Amino acid sequence: MGEAIDRGRRQLLTAATTLTGAVGVAFAAVPFLASWKPSARAKALGAPVEIDISKLDPGAMLKIEWRGKPVWVVRRTPEMIARLASVEGFLADPASERSRQPAYAKNAGRAVNPEYFVVLGVCTHLGCAPMSRFEPGDAELTTSSPGDWPGGFYCPCHGSKFDLSGRVFRGVPAPTNLEVPPYAFTGAGHILIGLDQGSVA
Amino acid sequence: MAEHAAPAGTGRLAALVAWIDARFPMTKMWKEQAAEYYAPKNFNVWYYFGSLALLVFALQIVTGIFLTMSYKPSAADAFGSVEYIMRDVEWGWLIRYLHSTGASAFFILVYLHMFRALLYGSHRRPRELLWIFGVLIYLALMAEAFFGYLLPWGNMSYWGAQVIVSLFGSFPLIGDALVEWIRGDYFISDITLNRFFALHVVALPLVLIFLVVAHLLALHEVGSNNPDGIEIKKVKGPDGHPADGIPFHPYYTVKDLFGVGVFLVLFAAVVFFAPEMGGLFLEAPNFEPANPLLTPEHIAPVWYFTPYYAMLRAVPAFAGTQVWGVLVLFAAILLLFFLPWLDRAPVKSIRYRGPIYKAALMLFAATFIMLGYCGLKPAVEPFKTISVVGTVYYFIFFLAMPWYTRIDSHKPEPPRVTA
Repeated sequence: MGEAIDRGRRQLLTAATTLTGAVGVAFAAVPFLASWKPSARAKALGAPVEIDISKLDPGAMLKIEWRGKPVWVVRRTPEMIARLASVEGFLADPASERSRQPAYAKNAGRAVNPEYFVVLGVCTHLGCAPMSRFEPGDAELTTSSPGDWPGGFYCPCHGSKFDLSGRVFRGVPAPTNLEVPPYAFTGAGHILIGLDQGSVA
Repeated sequence: MAEHAAPAGTGRLAALVAWIDARFPMTKMWKEQAAEYYAPKNFNVWYYFGSLALLVFALQIVTGIFLTMSYKPSAADAFGSVEYIMRDVEWGWLIRYLHSTGASAFFILVYLHMFRALLYGSHRRPRELLWIFGVLIYLALMAEAFFGYLLPWGNMSYWGAQVIVSLFGSFPLIGDALVEWIRGDYFISDITLNRFFALHVVALPLVLIFLVVAHLLALHEVGSNNPDGIEIKKVKGPDGHPADGIPFHPYYTVKDLFGVGVFLVLFAAVVFFAPEMGGLFLEAPNFEPANPLLTPEHIAPVWYFTPYYAMLRAVPAFAGTQVWGVLVLFAAILLLFFLPWLDRAPVKSIRYRGPIYKAALMLFAATFIMLGYCGLKPAVEPFKTISVVGTVYYFIFFLAMPWYTRIDSHKPEPPRVTA
């Protein structure tokens, strides 16, 4: 042809083509990335579960599974509730300011009804399952941060300690209190895990 | 060149080779990558580990393919199908033990291979990209091992994955959504297992193969380093090839074959007599099926991750989040990429370096092993304090390197490689 190559025009067209292609790739990536989100079936299986607490003895604990996580219901005795105030000086987040719980569980007992404590049995450090060590004065746990062990939960993985309201003691790896899941009393001695108190009436 | 370069031998075979060479660069590639790839003549025992890692990679691919034929990637069937492989499939136990022992062997070889680079400066200019491909292989290998470890669906598989996936949950704002996206569910479930299986048997192996090819191409382009850390290309013989170089084939193919023999003896000893390696290669809680409601007494990742796990645990929660430990963990791995530029010594090989680097490197190796040991242990004293000290030194080794390698003394490099 003998014409001079218009490099500016060629550069513009190359850039425009690249950009258009990149936008196309980004859009095409959406379905693939979104396919990793919980499927409709997984969402359905994550629906709320009901738990019968009418036969739960004082001082005892019930475990059920909700969304693959252990949910614990502890029926606290008056002595257990009384001990909650005595450990507050040793806690990292006594008022649950930095911890996760529904608004109706952001109080000293971290519960709607202080007698029934509902909590996720998942350590806030790295997701292990803490163990219940309700007996006060446990020699193995008395050695460090809370002084005399007041009874609570102990995570065997990395040594985090929580009181009977799932509040974390200072100086352990877990940064926040155990998470309280959304739950609601449905009357007749039942608790519904996974649905907020107030949304069932 | 193809028609003039037909190998020894005449007749039909030579004709076949010529026919292929006219259509595919077979002889050309063979010459470039093996018969006329000149490697330094002074390789020592440290130079076995690269080729051995390649051997184990091939072994993992082959045994993995055969395991896939009997394994079922579902929460209901996975644990049972592994037992089925171990008990009912003809030679299934051998294939699985080769695969599980191969995973640990792979990491041993890769760690030795990387240490060799630190000894002889193999990561230094002009081999920076070669090193970066290598670190990427190491990263992909860690991902591959992590995904693979969930597949037996034992209780340690389950809780190990739980802990590692939870790491991503510590990122502010996006953490929870990110974890849910990785798992595809509200907990580590059948869905998670299924996608980890896909990543373990298809995605990561493809990535690894690509990276290994890139690593080898970069190596053969720039040429191998050697224990003297000097460039053999600087002094050429009358034939135009490096005077201190010898063709990779047959010299190093035969030498590597000897290494393969020694390695396989040791490897077979482990496979046949200690496939669990006292709980290091296969952990005891993994002989129980996954149980989302029961944490093993003590969760420790497999040994090759434990140095980083110790670093993760060494960092306390701060400002209401434990993201700092996760950042330290990622930083510890990312630092490796910058190694070629952190090292400012005028010489490459440990043979000509001064006492500071020698001491720093030996202490680093000891620290890495010590951290690995701490990561296997529960988070109690004295392991907590040792982990903190080890983590601090790990970072000092890298971050202070530009300074201490510059002030360190060094001996002059020889003009030609030594024996």
